[in-house]
Amino acid sequence: MGNLPEFVATSTLITPRPEEGSKDRTMVLNMGPQHPSTHGVLRLVIEIDGETVIRVVPDIGYLHTGIEKTCEAKFYQQVVPMTDRIDYLCPMTNNLAYCLAVEKLLQLEIPDRAQWMRVLLNELTRLNSHLVWLGTHAMDIGALTVFLYTFREREEILRIFENISGQRMMTSYFRVGGLALESTLDFFDRVQALVKILPEKIDEYENLLTGNPIFFNRLKGVGHLSAEDAIALGVTGPPLRASGVDWDLRRDMPYSGYDKFKFNVPVSNDCDVWARYIVRIQEMRESVKICQQALDGMPEGDIKANAPKVVLPDREKMKTQMESLIYHFKIVTEGFQVPAGEVYQGVESPRGEMGYYVVSDGTAKPYRVHMRNPSFATLQALETMCKGKLIADVVAVIGSIDIVLGEIDR
Amino acid sequence: MADALHGKDAVFEAHAQNTAIAALRAAHPEAVTDAKFDRDELTLIVDSGLIRTVCRTLQLAGYNFLEDVTCVDWYPLEPRFQVTYHILSHRLKERVRLHVRVGSDDPSVDSITSIWPSANYYEREVWDLFGVRFHGHPWLRRIMMPEEWEGHPLRKDYPVEGYR
Repeated sequence: MGNLPEFVATSTLITPRPEEGSKDRTMVLNMGPQHPSTHGVLRLVIEIDGETVIRVVPDIGYLHTGIEKTCEAKFYQQVVPMTDRIDYLCPMTNNLAYCLAVEKLLQLEIPDRAQWMRVLLNELTRLNSHLVWLGTHAMDIGALTVFLYTFREREEILRIFENISGQRMMTSYFRVGGLALESTLDFFDRVQALVKILPEKIDEYENLLTGNPIFFNRLKGVGHLSAEDAIALGVTGPPLRASGVDWDLRRDMPYSGYDKFKFNVPVSNDCDVWARYIVRIQEMRESVKICQQALDGMPEGDIKANAPKVVLPDREKMKTQMESLIYHFKIVTEGFQVPAGEVYQGVESPRGEMGYYVVSDGTAKPYRVHMRNPSFATLQALETMCKGKLIADVVAVIGSIDIVLGEIDR
Repeated sequence: MADALHGKDAVFEAHAQNTAIAALRAAHPEAVTDAKFDRDELTLIVDSGLIRTVCRTLQLAGYNFLEDVTCVDWYPLEPRFQVTYHILSHRLKERVRLHVRVGSDDPSVDSITSIWPSANYYEREVWDLFGVRFHGHPWLRRIMMPEEWEGHPLRKDYPVEGYR
């Protein structure tokens, strides 16, 4: 090891193998896989001493469908619908990360309008995801009403998605090289109407929750995670920012034209569940601001890159021009070839850093697609946040990391 | 975008001011066997026995955040597995990728859980889906597949539709 000290496994942050015969005083409790507050099929094996949590061992993989393996058998374009299905609350963010990675491999220039549309849709997706989180998190705690309020606004976002892409949830709207379709006629008006009412709706949620002493006491001081532990355990996104680390990929490593937008990155030093709640609420307000900027400054122009061998031609051209018809036929039947190489593209999803590592061997199918999922890493911090605390707080902590099992298991 | 640079000497020469390269050049120049700078991303190919030392050196140099550990199977080439690490620096706003090549004969590499505890799940995932073992991992077991599963599904010689 040279002149470096020998490293000892940092077992304080990692669950070691349980020792035999150490369970005299404690009880093992099985939470999930079917449990209303685990948001999917998360199974937690919790060891408790009275009401105090001693160990939490997450057991995952119930939703594992081998998406990474399936991707290797598909053309580059066919992978886009797979990415929707990983994290079903933010399909557009996944689309974006994957498309950016492949575009980096192809070294494509994306027109401004497509980039701005992507930013607008990504922020709507973030709002969508945060609204679901807010409703379900409050519901886990016992505040049932908020759920009905947030799903009212979420419904409008889903209708806008349906309007533009034809699908409410699995939108698959992004393409390698741009977007699938030009936006519909009333798209911008509907987004504008939504963006206009959202700030007062967020005030409404805050009126129900932020000043509510029951909600506050249930969250304050629960699930403490220090900045050092958060970094050591790979936590990203709102939980990291709620631990006082000022890091947001949109601002610090901008992609897809995010450097042209002005927004604040909310940070809190409280490190608890309450701080994560506050950070996400403020993030929603910032997202609304970004949406407004995108609407105001939306450039005119193409929504697809000028790369006939990669991007499908317009329907009209395909029907009238021989050349376009040939390209269309070739892309649909053979896919497009991507130069050999490897790239990693990280984007800021509502849950943290969503990264796509794409390896190409020069053929029309990706050699390897790996997704780096925020929830997967954040789940490792669950034990650190729950250890030594009451078992009733486990539900609040799970809600605060905004877990999506689809992206953990893939 | 600049053309891709290949080879340790060429990359080290062109990016001598890069913090990761400077730190490794000063402390462990022998640990890096090859390097690549392609599409604005730096890749260092690291000697498989020295991955822990390299990670620690990078951590001390300011690369504080382990983003990802994964693997690529280059079957039937040898050494077959390429374990890939993505490491980020919050302060420098830079990312570095490390490769470790591992042969198919008892594939194993040192665990880096003692440097970044977040490697815990990633290494379990690589073990589960590729069958690469990690020495020094506190509790290496399957994470996605059932405990009694046979085979490692993301290997290239494992059929996409599974064994019937």
